[in-house]
Amino acid sequence: MKKLTAASLYAGKNRLMGYLARHKWGRKVVVGIPFVWLALFFFIPFVVVFKISLSESAIAIPPYTDLFSWDVEDAYATLKVNLGNFLFLLEDSYYLDAYLSSLKIAAISTVITLIIGFPMAYLIARSEPRRRMFLLAMVILPFWTSFLLRVYAWMALLKKNGPVNDVLMSIGLIDEPLRILNTDIAVYIGIVYTYLPFMILPLYAVLEKLDNSLLEAAEDLGCRPFQTFFLVTVPLAMPGIVAGCLLVFIPVVGEYVIPALLGGSDTLMIGRVLWDEFSKNRDWPMASAVATVMLVVLVVPIMLARNRMGNKEETY
Amino acid sequence: MTTAEHPAQTESQTDTAVNPLTAPAPELWRDPNAKPFVVFDGITKEFGDFTAVDNISLDIYKRELFCLLGGSGSGKSTLLRMLAGFEQPTSGRILIDGVDMSGIPPWNRPVNMMFQSYALFPHLSVEKNVAFGLRREGMADGDVKRRVQEILDMVQMGHLAKRKPHQLSGGQRQRVALARSLVKRPKLLLLDEPLGALDKKLREETQFELMNIQEELGVTFIVVTHDQEEAMTLATRIGVMNQGEIVQVGEPHDIYEYPNSRFVASFIGSVNMFEGVVTVDEVDHVIIDSAEAGGLLRVDHGISCAPNQKVHVALRPEKITLSHDKPDQDVNCMFGKVEDIAYMGNMSIFRIRLANGKEVRVTQPNYARDIKGKFTWGDMVYLHWEVDSSVVLTV
Amino acid sequence: MQRRSYFLNTSALLGFIFLYLPMISLVIYSFNKSKLVTVWGGWSLQWYVELFNNDEIMSAAMLSLKIAFVAASLSVVLGVMAGFALTRMGRFRGKMVLSGWISAPLVMPDVITGLSLLLLFVTLENLFGWPSGRGAMTIIIAHTTFCMAYVAVIVQSRLTDMDESLEEAAMDLGAKPFTLFFLVTLPLIAPAIISGWLLAFTLSLDDLVIASFVAGPGNSTLPMIIFSKVRLGVTPEINALATLMILIVAIGVVAAMYQMRRREKQEIKPDA
Repeated sequence: MKKLTAASLYAGKNRLMGYLARHKWGRKVVVGIPFVWLALFFFIPFVVVFKISLSESAIAIPPYTDLFSWDVEDAYATLKVNLGNFLFLLEDSYYLDAYLSSLKIAAISTVITLIIGFPMAYLIARSEPRRRMFLLAMVILPFWTSFLLRVYAWMALLKKNGPVNDVLMSIGLIDEPLRILNTDIAVYIGIVYTYLPFMILPLYAVLEKLDNSLLEAAEDLGCRPFQTFFLVTVPLAMPGIVAGCLLVFIPVVGEYVIPALLGGSDTLMIGRVLWDEFSKNRDWPMASAVATVMLVVLVVPIMLARNRMGNKEETY
Repeated sequence: MTTAEHPAQTESQTDTAVNPLTAPAPELWRDPNAKPFVVFDGITKEFGDFTAVDNISLDIYKRELFCLLGGSGSGKSTLLRMLAGFEQPTSGRILIDGVDMSGIPPWNRPVNMMFQSYALFPHLSVEKNVAFGLRREGMADGDVKRRVQEILDMVQMGHLAKRKPHQLSGGQRQRVALARSLVKRPKLLLLDEPLGALDKKLREETQFELMNIQEELGVTFIVVTHDQEEAMTLATRIGVMNQGEIVQVGEPHDIYEYPNSRFVASFIGSVNMFEGVVTVDEVDHVIIDSAEAGGLLRVDHGISCAPNQKVHVALRPEKITLSHDKPDQDVNCMFGKVEDIAYMGNMSIFRIRLANGKEVRVTQPNYARDIKGKFTWGDMVYLHWEVDSSVVLTV
Repeated sequence: MQRRSYFLNTSALLGFIFLYLPMISLVIYSFNKSKLVTVWGGWSLQWYVELFNNDEIMSAAMLSLKIAFVAASLSVVLGVMAGFALTRMGRFRGKMVLSGWISAPLVMPDVITGLSLLLLFVTLENLFGWPSGRGAMTIIIAHTTFCMAYVAVIVQSRLTDMDESLEEAAMDLGAKPFTLFFLVTLPLIAPAIISGWLLAFTLSLDDLVIASFVAGPGNSTLPMIIFSKVRLGVTPEINALATLMILIVAIGVVAAMYQMRRREKQEIKPDA
């Protein structure tokens, strides 16, 4: 055990740059600037969100009450904490439903994305180098083009009298146009479509490293292709599968644009609820409470799990 | 690894040029009044709770080609990195030419290093890589050009000056790396596994070239290597390292013929080890009763040990002679069966099983072409050796 | 390559069709004379003309490009610093915190980032009177914050992969920390910096949710305009806009691939 830690320290990264580390002025600047920036624009905002989630909605600018009030004449300070927003979150099944429905939609679309993405990643990884570059570029290209416009493209495609319905009718699969747009189906299509590259890229990264001789060894030892796949390929691709699933699942839970454009009015997702609380109802404290809960039940556990898995698995 | 067998032969091939300018380094370490050039004074380096280098004190003299030899994790690279200034010793001092190096950053040390990976800057051409160090000194353009050209010509890389590192072969990269580390004319050159990335044949050629350059420039070299053959060929002296400590320092010949411990004996070359008890302990010889060897072993040097102390006798395979007839000696003689023969071309390796089950390794030079049939599988043979062939090891 | 089965080929092919179908349809409809999606009215460039005459879209596009440029550049500076701090500074106090903060924006839902930054800006304005009002600057700050995380991760992984003895060699040859950084480290991580900048630029250009939260009235970015337009139905100018974007990206990707292939060829050249 001792040897192991020693070896990693000895041969590992970060061993150098004692001097850069000791270069006091440079060190302060290089660590300090991003640190202060993130503290100010990333960490403190959450404190503010939490603070406001404890206040009451009011018709004012900004539209919430102060947590602290300070009566100058009587030198009297009051702290008024309002847990009403959180209680309301629990009471009204609307919010709970929205959370659960977000998780459900995210889970299902993650699985679909995996099922579609895996063969694609596998094919790319197993192609000869020139073809591989080309196919990889084909996957990356949509990723660089506007996400909003690609979702918008589906609006046109899925319309009642749009091309998808036309095709389905002309091949005789359906007799009259289906209502796809503004349903959960459209939301799934949109999500899977948008997040497919996020699944393919980490999968590709692990499958590319997969040694072909391992597959040959498995076959040599009597595995049928099907068995080889589940006994060798899948276990070895696990880090990529996990990374890909996280990259899809997490942002999808908080997704707003896709349900707003493709979903129906009954497509309940928490991102949309938050947005509506904020912009339609102008209930900033309630929106803050929703955000706080989302942070605590969703983002924090995932962050912790990710840190535990180690920072090695960054796939960007 | 059977490459350990012939260091004694390669040693004799060493170029013995007599030009006074390129004469071999004076053997300063034998002179008790000589001033050491590099001094490690009680150096310890800890990483967390792991001690990589453990209280090492060592003197290295001017114009030496000193090899630090050890397995991976023995602390040899850490020692080198402390000399270059990449690591700070946890305790102890390092002096170079009498100057205490503590607190002096790498860029201010009179030391240059050739890295194991060569560490050639991939974005710079060969020329610019070599010029990098000179430019840092603020040297004038013309001088930089001249010095770069000179050193590149010396390593025969002048014609590839415009190439980028990735357009070079392994051997060419090695030359550029060497040129880059020499061009600043450092007092001390550190080489981390300088030949490790080359294939065997190229390695042998480069070894001699490296020695010539060292002698020509009169620079002190400290080489880190795990390859004992390389160390034997290159070094004026070798420091054998194990688990953060230097276990023996000496000239290659001494290290090979007079190892001071079982570790050194078996780390360098191959060796047969017989456990036994000292029965006669005189000034000029000892006799050891070894059950493992199945008889008495006589060694013609005295040792200091308690009576009846358990010791080991180390015997190199090439020191043993095989014969069908019983030799005329009652010590240093064993009898066994040939179990295995490996024909290596220049010699053959025999594995011989003694009656008590102990296996002994013997090498015999193939001095005639048809010697092969002399001993064959299953033969019962006598093994014998001279009294000055083996060494007694107490640790 | 017999390992590839029909099943695999077919499903991958379907996957690619799925990826490209919507984009192809956008391109085709951008040349449609008819305003109705379902009706093909013949080829026409009229939507491109209308796009360039649409001041609202054009000014929003300009604003978005400006914001993306500044935000990407700022996030490169901050991201390189953060990536450098995390890989080349040894241990320091707050390293864990910094590494947590730098990777958190990657998994943070946009709605939360947007809301929290808006509330911060409002609070700051109430307390200190800064930033007075919201607009391009608040969007730039918001975008920089989440884009720098991506840059930092890219730079960090590049620095971790990089042979540290290169930097040691530079020190050994007499380069002091600053010279070392600009002469060796920076050129070596340049590809990571470029791809980080491009990614940050694209992410900023693409962001709707965060910008909607932190933008003030009258400061609509391109995605905000597109969103409000497409919510009301299909607008053909947007097809034209999308086609132009796809064209630019495709050119960029092809150029990048060409560059990579050229470099690969160069690398094969060395003779023994």
